[in-house]
Amino acid sequence: MSRLFLSCLCLFASGAALAAPADLLQGYEMQARQANPQFQAFSAARGEQFYHAKRTHSNGKSVSCAACHSDNPKALGRNEKTSKEILPMAPIANKERLSDPAKVEKWFKRNCQDVMERACTAQEKGDFLAYLLSIK
Amino acid sequence: MKRIFVIITLLAAAPVCADGNENLAPAATNQKWKTECSACHIAYPPSLLPERSWRKMMGGLDRHFGQDASLDGPTAQEITAFLVNNSAERGANKRAKKVLGSLGPNETPLRISETAWFVRKHDEVSPQVWKRPKVGGPANCLACHGGAERGDYSEHQIRIPR
Repeated sequence: MSRLFLSCLCLFASGAALAAPADLLQGYEMQARQANPQFQAFSAARGEQFYHAKRTHSNGKSVSCAACHSDNPKALGRNEKTSKEILPMAPIANKERLSDPAKVEKWFKRNCQDVMERACTAQEKGDFLAYLLSIK
Repeated sequence: MKRIFVIITLLAAAPVCADGNENLAPAATNQKWKTECSACHIAYPPSLLPERSWRKMMGGLDRHFGQDASLDGPTAQEITAFLVNNSAERGANKRAKKVLGSLGPNETPLRISETAWFVRKHDEVSPQVWKRPKVGGPANCLACHGGAERGDYSEHQIRIPR
């Protein structure tokens, strides 16, 4: 019995590590529905708007996702502070993107804090991914 | 007379040349250090800051030079241990001692570029050079030190972009 449990656990763990972006979206969809029973679907258009939206940080500087990740998610970005290159955000241009759920969550946590000065909602995250995945 | 002057100059310059062959890569490496730190900048040589600086830095990753670089607990612990074990106090290279010697006992710099050692080593770099778009500032070692990611900061690896 414990062996069965262990092998299930292993299957689950390897599945999680190899999750496709579609699985990630499904997770965010469940969270979005929980937060808002009226939730319909993620929107690439809304995600695109979110990606480019500039807001003024409390430190007075203009911030946006695009500022570091480039206006074109298929292009290289550049960290504004260190000038280090950032690989393209769109999976079509960088197949590693969105392939590791823990990494996706880590960066949402950090970058939402830096740009929005708060955590992002599941809907914002889903829209953002929908936009990146819609890019051909 | 002139020849003697030349010889003396060469002798004086010799230690500088030897110093120029700088490999700052830690003896043993750590994959998490490399992966996490080099996501936004090169993974800086741990021997260039004292233990107290690394501990302070790793304790404030949620506000890391104005950006959120927070890590999960176990990852932060592993990287802190690696940085401390290869810090200026314990780094095997000669530079580590020089870095340490350039700091006052109460100085806890968080930027390598704030250490007197770094400032002295870069005193010929004009403010305009730091501001060039391809350089961007002293955080971007790789702009001029082509071998930085391998820990190679030697003089002949330096190429300052226009």
